[in-house]
Amino acid sequence: MSTRTVIPMGPQHPVFPEPLQLKLSLKDEKIVDVAPALGYVHRGIEKAAEKNDFTQNVFLVERICGICSFIHAVCYCMAIEDIMKIELPPRANYLRVIWGELHRLHSHMLWLGLLADSFGFESLFMKFWEIRERILDILEKTTGARVIISACAIGGVRRDISDEHLQEILTVIDKCEKELNGIIPVVMSDTTVKRRTVGVGVIEKEKAIHLGIVGPVLRASGIAQDARMTGYGAYKYLDFKPVVEESGDCYARAVVRAKETYQSIGLLRKAINQLPSGDILTKYKGNPGKAAAVSRVEQPRGELIYYVEGNGTKNLERVRVRTPTFSNVPALSKMLPGMELADAPVIVLSIDPCISCTER
Amino acid sequence: MANFLGAVIENLFKKPATRPYPFTKREPFKDARGLIKFDGDKCVYCGACSKKCPAAAIRVERAEKALYFEPFKCVTCGFCVEVCPKDAINQEFEYRKPDYSKSIEKYGPSAVPAPAKTEAPPSQA
Repeated sequence: MSTRTVIPMGPQHPVFPEPLQLKLSLKDEKIVDVAPALGYVHRGIEKAAEKNDFTQNVFLVERICGICSFIHAVCYCMAIEDIMKIELPPRANYLRVIWGELHRLHSHMLWLGLLADSFGFESLFMKFWEIRERILDILEKTTGARVIISACAIGGVRRDISDEHLQEILTVIDKCEKELNGIIPVVMSDTTVKRRTVGVGVIEKEKAIHLGIVGPVLRASGIAQDARMTGYGAYKYLDFKPVVEESGDCYARAVVRAKETYQSIGLLRKAINQLPSGDILTKYKGNPGKAAAVSRVEQPRGELIYYVEGNGTKNLERVRVRTPTFSNVPALSKMLPGMELADAPVIVLSIDPCISCTER
Repeated sequence: MANFLGAVIENLFKKPATRPYPFTKREPFKDARGLIKFDGDKCVYCGACSKKCPAAAIRVERAEKALYFEPFKCVTCGFCVEVCPKDAINQEFEYRKPDYSKSIEKYGPSAVPAPAKTEAPPSQA
């Protein structure tokens, strides 16, 4: 009876959008131990960033992640702007917030859809992705591409949003909010959803701090930590409070993300109403000097940190990226033991793993 | 299940959200970033685009007055369009069509018909 079975979950698995392998040690149907294995999508982007010109890196770092690409570019540009002491025009700061929140919105809808898919609620999955498509359409209209929008540049943004498009964003998010009002209650109160998520993969407050978890996973454990509260960009002018849930299970993580979609819609409205007019790009000269900078931003998955070191030439000495999933994967080793094997997909998905980010 | 009942009933009478693709095509949006096209006559072969291209998809031969562009390497970021001092680069709204081989387009002054596909890829710089 004491024999253990090891089941390799992944790297190819129907619930995983990306290749992550978890070696699950089972005793009957109960998980007793978990060993994550990473390294399937390493592309050497950090090294490539040292070989490139620092202006080209804006496009390179966007390709680290296929969901929150714009926020990666913002974080990199913030670090370079810090080194080169570039002051951004206020309109550029607001435009970065608008595109950043649109990315958060579509990322959370993607995740809510995938969560529904992970326990077989296909029609809910379709509903979320239908709404997500409208957000992607706005991104394409305003920037020219759907996900990797390449709208960020060192010193500001590359494109302006016209008043006509701003009005359209407001109409589309109104429509999205109306549709979300119809399906978010399904995530929050449907018995089928609750039976698969409540009390599953619990991570307590103390453990969450000890493991260094970030983002919605941390906020679902009752800690109000959000990198946007540091007030980078235009966030300091937009009054908001992080969404916090107490129970720390998969249900709490779903609720945090569901409420954050509304929060993003609110932030978008505020940002569009307060949007100042003026320039969108500050011109700069020269190369980043011999200095280093760290920048922190909030991705849909949590806190993203960039460390950029210049050496006075057009190439950079070092670009180091710490992604939110890197901090959240260790949480799986505490969430999974004691759970049923059938719950593993939902638990793994609940941290919203982004493996391409983590491995770069 | 009662929460989702409204959506279920609505779905019964709603048109599909998807398009019947080969018959109904989605028009590209205005200002979408698609294919890159060069103007061989306007170009002064300064090489600014090839220096800035993040995907190294452009190679400029100054002496030869030729520009080699690899559309399959291009990530359609539009950085070359921004840095071109002579506005010789245009970005179209259409996406790149699939192809059987990774072609290389050669652009030059209008004596050479542009874009001409070369068979053998020129050596990489």
